Amino acid sequence: MPQNADNVLDHFELFRGPEYQQMLANKKRLFENPRDPAEVERIREWAKTPEYQEKNFAREALTVNPAKACQPLGAVFVAVGFESTIPFVHGSQGCVAYYRSHFSRHFKEPTSCVSSSMTEDAAVFGGLNNMIDGLANTYNMYKPKMIAVSTTCMAEVIGDDLNAFIKTAKEKGSVPAEYDVPFAHTPAFVGSHITGYDNAMKGVLEHFWDGKAGTTEKLERVPNEKINFLGGFDGYTVGNLREIKRIFNLMGVEYTIVGDNSDVWDTPTDGEFRMYDGGTTLEEAANAIHAKATISMQEYCTEKTLPFIANHGHEVLAFNHPVGVSATDKFLMEVSRITGKEIPEELARERGRLVDAIADSSAHIHGKKFAIYGDPDLCYGLAAFLLELGAEPTTVLATNGNKRWEEKMQALFASSPFGANCKVYPGKDLWHMRSLLFTEPVDFLIGNTYGKYLERDTGTPLIRIGFPIFDRHHHHRRPVWGYQGGMNVLITILDKIFDTIDLNTIVPAKTDYSFDIIR
Amino acid sequence: MSLAEKQSVAEIKARNKELIAEVLKVYPDKTAKRRAKHLNVHESGKSDCGVKSNIKSIPGVMTIRGCAYAGSKGVVWGPIKDMIHISHGPVGCGQYSWAARRNYYIGTTGIDTFVTMQFTSDFQEKDIVFGGDKKLAKIMDEIQELFPLNNGITVQSECPIGLIGDDIEAVSKVKSKEYDGKTIVPVRCEGFRGVSQSLGHHIANDAIRDWIFDKQDPNRVAPFESTPYDVAIIGDYNIGGDAWSSRILLEEMGLRVIAQWSGDGSLAELENTPMAKLNVLHCYRSMNYISRHMEEKFGIPWCEYNFFGPSKIAESLRKIASYFDDKIKEGAEKVIAKYQPLMDAVIAKYRPRLEGKTVMLYVGGLRPRHVIGAYEDLGMEVVGTGYEFAHNDDYQRTAQHYVKDGTIIYDDVTGYEFEKFVEKIQPDLVGSGIKEKYVFQKMGVPFRQMHSWDYSGPYHGYDGFAIFARDMDMAINSPVWKMTNTPWKKSPAKPTLLAAE
Repeated sequence: MPQNADNVLDHFELFRGPEYQQMLANKKRLFENPRDPAEVERIREWAKTPEYQEKNFAREALTVNPAKACQPLGAVFVAVGFESTIPFVHGSQGCVAYYRSHFSRHFKEPTSCVSSSMTEDAAVFGGLNNMIDGLANTYNMYKPKMIAVSTTCMAEVIGDDLNAFIKTAKEKGSVPAEYDVPFAHTPAFVGSHITGYDNAMKGVLEHFWDGKAGTTEKLERVPNEKINFLGGFDGYTVGNLREIKRIFNLMGVEYTIVGDNSDVWDTPTDGEFRMYDGGTTLEEAANAIHAKATISMQEYCTEKTLPFIANHGHEVLAFNHPVGVSATDKFLMEVSRITGKEIPEELARERGRLVDAIADSSAHIHGKKFAIYGDPDLCYGLAAFLLELGAEPTTVLATNGNKRWEEKMQALFASSPFGANCKVYPGKDLWHMRSLLFTEPVDFLIGNTYGKYLERDTGTPLIRIGFPIFDRHHHHRRPVWGYQGGMNVLITILDKIFDTIDLNTIVPAKTDYSFDIIR
Repeated sequence: MSLAEKQSVAEIKARNKELIAEVLKVYPDKTAKRRAKHLNVHESGKSDCGVKSNIKSIPGVMTIRGCAYAGSKGVVWGPIKDMIHISHGPVGCGQYSWAARRNYYIGTTGIDTFVTMQFTSDFQEKDIVFGGDKKLAKIMDEIQELFPLNNGITVQSECPIGLIGDDIEAVSKVKSKEYDGKTIVPVRCEGFRGVSQSLGHHIANDAIRDWIFDKQDPNRVAPFESTPYDVAIIGDYNIGGDAWSSRILLEEMGLRVIAQWSGDGSLAELENTPMAKLNVLHCYRSMNYISRHMEEKFGIPWCEYNFFGPSKIAESLRKIASYFDDKIKEGAEKVIAKYQPLMDAVIAKYRPRLEGKTVMLYVGGLRPRHVIGAYEDLGMEVVGTGYEFAHNDDYQRTAQHYVKDGTIIYDDVTGYEFEKFVEKIQPDLVGSGIKEKYVFQKMGVPFRQMHSWDYSGPYHGYDGFAIFARDMDMAINSPVWKMTNTPWKKSPAKPTLLAAE
């Protein structure tokens, strides 16, 4: 009997003992109708070959292990970034249980969100009554200042009209007539979570700027000196937005973070549950129309939002999740240009420290090959950073990357001698990536938690940068933007490189001559 | 120290009734009337808990429930390891449920085993407009080509499938024929069906009946020699290895486990289950349907059991043994005796640290009642419990065998209600899910996830109870809970909820 009260064994150790191993072997042999181990081994080896890769890349219908989620997730991400706002997802309720779980597993924080709980009868008759009752209940129970509505695929397939439904619900007294209920249609069968971010963000701004769905006058823009900042869908939103605020404050820039979820996903444990915390105030959201310019940190999260804003007279600028020295330089210089504020010496010193760190460590990164996957902007930002470190982003894959992104990535590769052998894969999934890691091996893989399956199968060490990160804690608290953020990314990469070197040299009397204490 | 200890049962009942009346005040009248039926204070001697259940959730209240797809793909089918389960529809459902439930298994993932993978048809607008049947057929071809060692395929329908009129049954039949009678199972578990995960369990059970049992050759011969002691474990999803720490006990008492449903399960095990002499059923809610079916069609009796905590384990081992001869009965006694010293040591170590602590639960399937005995073995008291998706037969079992007089009962609890109940009752521990975990921890209340065992486990069986006891102790007695009040501030007297005030 392996179990012991003094040293309790859980699943990590318990099942490795002879009693359980014997039991599991018998189960397999007698009852599972197992495949011949030689055949399993043959297929395992075959799945590593170029021949398999060719079949794998010939897939037209099946998606295996995609690196993307669906639109409403992005809409929920946007909604919780506004002051005392509750996301209300119109459609089946199971979806909302999934979004809340997904975010809570990443941020280790509560995520409040409601559903209109549509079932079979709503599928037949439409979800109007669910909207009417749902808005009334949410308004009374959770006392939000705003309810931001989006849709699941069920509501989209049956064609529910949010504008009309919300109007009717107001007429029926669910919420006061002047109460803010911005909305966005977010069909799961179009785009991904970054599309949902885009649609929901545009929905909120359209609501405040363009007359609240025909219920008030459109706002008249009176340009001021402020800039708006959109972070895009970002697993590092907590650390990143705080870092951006610090940078803007250092520069003396007047700004509005539009969709600031950095507090609601980082509330203290002090005896109080804060269902709402921080966020862009509704007044700020409305007044954002008067800004002189709007910056998006992630171009592919704001493909509709930015043109909408530009149409209101703003200068708009999009970055691609800037990481590292050059990308941060460009970001800061553009902010400086737009606002007329100088970049303070303190930031110049931070820049110098990052360059210093790169110089110190460059020898360990130079020439190393990386595979990267994730959202398109994050992939771009990380690839650009690797190029300036003298590394090669050999394989860059975004399941939700489009044609424009592909071209942009290729232009990035072409801009550096280290990009010569790099390839971009839009619309592919992590089963494609698995083939590539066998046929075109790299030194390291950068991606989210699901990358651990690729690490297990291909032996490529995984550097966890992306969303979601479920199996490591607190990474979202650290910025990856700004020079400080670049430093964090550099250290994260270096730690894995050094850990891998140590692991490769740790065998006593065999490889440990290189098990150096100074590197 | 909890309030419960200082009060008489009458006082607790009065307080709980007052509390229910108070939370109902927040709702519009129509909603208050509906919610009132789901909240109650248990009166001992009653045959059920006095709450309505398995009724539609109310829009906008923040129900904790999931959907039929979650019940089928996430619970029943997903763990069957040698089959490929296609999340059929848009990408999200499969993505959010990808490997999240910790159904442990042994196998070479991606080659002969597929549990922790996400196969999706990733519906695009054109699939909605023109239908997805052709795409589904092509997906099956591609699966056959790239994953040749799969032993079968299931189609787990997401919402749009039933709305756009796709005929997944026809596609499944055609492809099954094309691939020499391969097992291909269409499952109509669209998320809008029913009121919770529960209908998904039922639909998934029916699909096993219709597309596995009913397709079998009635004259097929057992692939192994039957014994009088063959049993199947039904309704254990092997979360953190639960089914393994259960199986070992059944085998030690002399039984032979021929199938696990569905944690670490395989198609062959599903197919061979009708050869069992007894089905032992852990999660009644999710698999009573197929157990009843096997009883009616194959004459296999079934027996509910509870492997949480030594009291219930011993009771269950004896109950299971009662279906067999003296050899097994003696075997059960031997197993109970063998583990007694371990249980004594675990209780001696942890009970003094946990004695008198109170617990509030809100979980799914069987746990809102099944774990109560394990807490009681540690001297703890469950003062409130409720189910996400129970039916009245669950509340009957709860009332008749588990809860104490005055326990507050909440069916399909809303976020608001649960927070209010915990704030006022101040239990020493809350056991619920990931969506609830951080809410209560912020309030300074120790918490354990009772779906995923908070990434620990197993909790089933004697080996599991030691882990359960350790985990409850580390949750409640963690020094972190002494630091939640800021020392220079007037500390709040009790956990508070700001938002909904």
